[in-house]
Amino acid sequence: MSAEAAAVAGRRAPERLRLFVHQLRAEQLVFWRSREASLFIFLFPLLLFVLLGSVYSGRIYGVPASHALLAGLLGYGCANTAFAGLAIQLVLRREGAILKRLRATPLPAAVYVAAVLASTLIVFVLQTVALFALGRLFYGAPLPGAFGSLLLAVVFGAAVFAAIGVATASLIRSAEGSSAVVNFILLPMAFLTGAFGPTHHYPAFLRAVGDVLPLKYFVDLVDAVYLHGQSFWTKPGALGVLAAWGAGGLAVAVRTFSWEPREG
Amino acid sequence: MSAISVRGLRKSYGELAAVQGVDFEIEEGEVFGLLGPNGAGKTTTVEILEGYRRRDAGEVTVLGHDPERPGPSFRQRIGVVLQQSQLWQNLTVREMHAVFAGYYERARDVEEVIELVGLQDKRDARVKTLSGGQKRRLDLGVALVGDPDLVFLDEPTTGFDPAARRAAWEMIRSLRSLGKTVLLTTHYLDEAEQLADRVAVLREGRIVREGTPRELTAGDLAVEIRYRRDGEEVLVQTSEPTRVLHELTSEALARGVELERLEVRRPTLEDVYLALTGDEAE
Repeated sequence: MSAEAAAVAGRRAPERLRLFVHQLRAEQLVFWRSREASLFIFLFPLLLFVLLGSVYSGRIYGVPASHALLAGLLGYGCANTAFAGLAIQLVLRREGAILKRLRATPLPAAVYVAAVLASTLIVFVLQTVALFALGRLFYGAPLPGAFGSLLLAVVFGAAVFAAIGVATASLIRSAEGSSAVVNFILLPMAFLTGAFGPTHHYPAFLRAVGDVLPLKYFVDLVDAVYLHGQSFWTKPGALGVLAAWGAGGLAVAVRTFSWEPREG
Repeated sequence: MSAISVRGLRKSYGELAAVQGVDFEIEEGEVFGLLGPNGAGKTTTVEILEGYRRRDAGEVTVLGHDPERPGPSFRQRIGVVLQQSQLWQNLTVREMHAVFAGYYERARDVEEVIELVGLQDKRDARVKTLSGGQKRRLDLGVALVGDPDLVFLDEPTTGFDPAARRAAWEMIRSLRSLGKTVLLTTHYLDEAEQLADRVAVLREGRIVREGTPRELTAGDLAVEIRYRRDGEEVLVQTSEPTRVLHELTSEALARGVELERLEVRRPTLEDVYLALTGDEAE
């Protein structure tokens, strides 16, 4: 790098940080201002937790049912926010030519993508905090003991599902029905992988389907870390499957991502 | 120095040759109209200049940059109004301008731009509550908020009612008085005639005519002279209207008759356009 190029790069770094913060604020404003997003992405898993928690009873995995449910819905919330929410949002922005319009501004593509992902992570972290607060308030659920491991799991899970979400957005060709398609994937996945309760009484073939889906391994990871106080690294198998899904999603996302509308 | 220079531009999509060798220059401060029917290659040309598409061949310079390899300042200096874009429906007009202002190093004052595009009464209204014409003004506002030197307007008034179109025209004229260079595409002739300093007519990926609106209409289409003789309409097409008219009127005076319903008509840009673009024009 020449001295001049280095000087330019040095000037650009603070500018990129300023643009990142600016776009992150814009993303948060856009998210919370949208009734659909804040209701279905943020509030819905919390609502489901309070409702299901009041009807589940007894013990699951040796802990009170509502505590196990909290772990499952944390998993569902992760897939709902980072996979479903992100995928739908990207399809709408692509087809509405917002992505295309942003490409004509000085906002660098990498800074934009980073801000969108950071915004998604913020929503999911807030949702996680709200889940624990509601769990404690209504069902006496303990706060996570292995705090660092849980935080690591939350960030890792959000990254994996975001990669799958961006890949899925590329596979959906039109804005119409994008949320139907995404929920058609999300809800069966949540049932089959134990996010809404144990699956051991399901028929074998349904369990077999659940066994290949990433949400199962994320719920396993959260169970281990939250319910049993284990470290993030105690489930290398689950981490491996999640990493593979994330890498697959990333590969598809990088190959197929489009800034321009597919239709018209 | 010219703001845009295009030489031998070509672009194909598979079998379809969208742009087949286009040349033009746009001077700084000029309003240049690319006119043509749908599918003539207007949007492809503009999107190559904006940096969205790669060209197959030709030389393109926009504000001194090759838009395929723009320097960091390129996007600071252009403003873009796409044919269609929805922006964020739940933000207000002011918030939308502020978000875009944040992308630029020397943005204009947000309130000033909102007034420039005539949305001051709507500054706190959410984007989704705006009418079609107001949304188009918002598109223009966010394109101007970075204080660009060059503004691309891709069919800025398509779908407008006549009143909204006149309001948009006023705004585009105000861009000229701000010293901006404007590249405008349109398939409305009156729009090009009203706004553009120079017009290029595109047909099937080629420029078939270029010049000021006046030059285009002064070209090779004949002037029409019409009158009635014995109840029947007579039409004379001529490139020498002065001489023909003199002969006609002398003869009529000598015979002491009136040339009923005498009419001399210069070809309009519409006539030129229809002649140039054939049946495809709408």
